[in-house]
Amino acid sequence: MHLALFLIFAAFALAGAANLLLQRHPINSALSLIVVMSSLAVLYLLLGAEFLAVAQIIVYAGAIMVLFTFVVMLLNEGVEERTHGSRVAKALGFPAVVVILGVIATVILQSEKYLGQVSLGDGVTTTQELSGVLFRDLLLPFEVTSVLILIAILGAVALARKDGQ
Amino acid sequence: MIIPSSWYLLLSAVLFTMGVAGFLIKRSLITVFMSIELMLNAVNLSFVTFAHDWHAVKGQIFVFFVMMVAAAEAAVGLAIIIAIFRIRGTLNVDQIDLMKL
Repeated sequence: MHLALFLIFAAFALAGAANLLLQRHPINSALSLIVVMSSLAVLYLLLGAEFLAVAQIIVYAGAIMVLFTFVVMLLNEGVEERTHGSRVAKALGFPAVVVILGVIATVILQSEKYLGQVSLGDGVTTTQELSGVLFRDLLLPFEVTSVLILIAILGAVALARKDGQ
Repeated sequence: MIIPSSWYLLLSAVLFTMGVAGFLIKRSLITVFMSIELMLNAVNLSFVTFAHDWHAVKGQIFVFFVMMVAAAEAAVGLAIIIAIFRIRGTLNVDQIDLMKL
């Protein structure tokens, strides 16, 4: 059951990420990114992070991606062009990416014996435990992030408004 | 049914490298920005996996903070993209190569 769920949603995530790379219209890329984020939410649930799974759906697949699709529709930019820069990026980028993946995968596979296993009966991290740590031990960072969000809102408004208003 | 947690880490590594590839290949500024979000999501998956492995709640708190910072970053980044599009009339990264607008 766990294996089947993992394989299905890992395949969804990978297919969405591949589609993000292959599509040439930004709106299609944005919609496939929503697929990736939703399937990652299911994987969080399999790992017992129930609060993060819901937050992933609400914050990432909901709020952030709505912002993205909104901007794509607002700017109405159309399909991206193939340029000289994209050919250079492909020629240099793909070997570099393969090397990065090879290094990370080697490290993971070498340290496999130190890593644990995941099964469905592992129990979930309840929101109560999470909020205990967040609001008792890490109260100051939490409050600092709320100030950060406020500054981000002000910055977004200041940057996006037209000059002379 | 038990699966090793290295599978989750490998999935996260593959998603991260796909994000890097998208960052390099895509020519539209907004899709480049989406690739950054994909990389953030891939790293979040490995955070949750390690939190599960070591039974540490703080790993999940990390993901929570990454989400908040990503939300702030998306708001500011998209505002910058709108400003660039208004001034330059294009989102092609090859044509946005000057430090000043």
